[in-house]
Amino acid sequence: MKNKKDLLSLPYFIWSAGFIIIPLCMIFFYGFTDRDLHFTFANIASITETENIKALLISILLALIATLICILLAYPLAMIIAGSKLKDSGFMIFVFILPMWMNFLLRTLAWQTLLEKNGVINTILSKLNLPALSIINTPYAIVLGMVYNFLPFMILPIYNALIKIDPNVINAARDLGANSLQTFLYVIFPLSIPGLISGITMVSVPALTTFVISDMLGGGKILLIGNVIEQEFKQANNWHVGSGLSIVLMLFILLAMGLTAKYDKEGGNYF
Amino acid sequence: MLTDNKLIQLDHISKSFGGQLVLDDLDLYIRENEFITLLGPSGCGKTTTLRILGGFETPDQGTVYFDGRDITHLPPNKRPLNTVFQKYALFTHMTIAENIAFGMKIKNKPKTYIQDKIKYALRLVNLDGFEDRMPDSLSGGQQQRIAIARAIVNEPKVLLLDEPLGALDLKLRQDMQYELIRLKNELGITFLYVTHDQEEALTMSDTIVVMNQGYIQQIGTPEKIYNEPENAFVADFIGDSNIISATMIDDYLVEILGARFKSTDAGFGKNKPVDVVIRPEDVELVDPEEGTLQGVVTHVIFKGVHYEMEVMANEHEWLVQSTSMFPVGTKVGIKVDPFNIQTMHKPESEDEEAIGVEE
Repeated sequence: MKNKKDLLSLPYFIWSAGFIIIPLCMIFFYGFTDRDLHFTFANIASITETENIKALLISILLALIATLICILLAYPLAMIIAGSKLKDSGFMIFVFILPMWMNFLLRTLAWQTLLEKNGVINTILSKLNLPALSIINTPYAIVLGMVYNFLPFMILPIYNALIKIDPNVINAARDLGANSLQTFLYVIFPLSIPGLISGITMVSVPALTTFVISDMLGGGKILLIGNVIEQEFKQANNWHVGSGLSIVLMLFILLAMGLTAKYDKEGGNYF
Repeated sequence: MLTDNKLIQLDHISKSFGGQLVLDDLDLYIRENEFITLLGPSGCGKTTTLRILGGFETPDQGTVYFDGRDITHLPPNKRPLNTVFQKYALFTHMTIAENIAFGMKIKNKPKTYIQDKIKYALRLVNLDGFEDRMPDSLSGGQQQRIAIARAIVNEPKVLLLDEPLGALDLKLRQDMQYELIRLKNELGITFLYVTHDQEEALTMSDTIVVMNQGYIQQIGTPEKIYNEPENAFVADFIGDSNIISATMIDDYLVEILGARFKSTDAGFGKNKPVDVVIRPEDVELVDPEEGTLQGVVTHVIFKGVHYEMEVMANEHEWLVQSTSMFPVGTKVGIKVDPFNIQTMHKPESEDEEAIGVEE
């Protein structure tokens, strides 16, 4: 250690070595070996099996839909909170992240109870003589669970990007002749893109890898790639295929993040 | 050329924020081609006045006329004026060329026209060849000049400048003052300039509007504001000054600290309490027997162009600026030319002090 300050990074160094780097190496080790510990690409190639490719595609589709819904809900909301002249915009943000203080499993379990055939929502609907809602154990319920759980991760980065915009920059656009829509399209939105990108990453990655939400709200009928990997590890006890599929999933995420980052840098032409 | 055509008129404008009155019944007109400066301490209402003109604030009461047309409720994008903001407010996600082109592209000007205008504007602010740079890579002074270029390519009739030099260092600020005067002369448009820097105001303006606590204290040319301040606030805010309580004995005769001085002012009545303003450079130090008042030098500071001295005379500390130096302890006489004594009514209450000249 050249510097005493470097010592302060030691705990994190140990942490990342023990809980990030070593596990990652193990995943790669298992992913590229068979049960007799011989090198193989078979685990990686197992993604091409119909079941697995189906799970991956539906995972991507549901994660995309959930991310899109999160954007559509979060962006206007973040704009309203950022634009509100109220001193307690901090309080409004607090209200939206409040559910995060409760356990993730508990929240998802609560949705299960709400959505069940004889659950709270359907009881109320039948009392009002309205047709029953049957979305539990369908992809709709899974998307609902994803949106509910991950929405705060979309609101916060967008809100942060929006409040950082100097009000005079917006005034300048108006002053130069832009109407409200043009000001939004050419100035506010481009300046908020970094926040939007982190929001997309923070929502789409957990949505793509989740297995708890699909387990609890999909009733085990809809297998996402996360469920397939979980089954390989826990039920089939095949760490090799599980690791191989995990590596494939990781590659997809890295690819997606690379693309968004690239767009972020190149998206410079606004007319 | 400055004309008598009143381009902008503010008529009985009042504005308050959260119960706090910022502008109270303000009346002001701006003539075509005028370089007019709103000058005052922070919180005096100068920036609010500019923002009302730009359309970023709506007055609670009163009307804004532009060329005789009521524009009080017109949004900023429909107003024939452009603003240069404090801290530049450039679009950081666009190149310099895109920044300058913004207003013209919104108005769907042809491409070749826009290209020509960008070139012209960059030459005008001495930043040729900066088209493809990003705002972040420019210095503060350069960014400010881009902000000016971005505004003037739209050929506004009036350019509003909100403390545009506030974030720059002293040397750059002085250079930019000359740049602004040159720009205004080349463009032949009206400038409304907001600042708290009295030197900036004196250097550039045709007309200075001194403001305090939401009221206009005095309107006039820089010379008039400096030489004939109408009240103690203006005298104190513009440059250094000796403001002393005195008594107007009779027309053309004023008693200051027990000594009688000849004056050029009349019409205050007999034995009226007044305030007099004497600029430090107008106080002459002479031999004790030649002076109207006698005192002792207590401090001397060398300021470059002149010496600044404090002279204790009849229990008042006089600020004196002179090119000749009198060492501490020297007995001196104080002499003031009659026309250098500026006499002002004494405000009778705090309210009157805020309202200033309006009687």
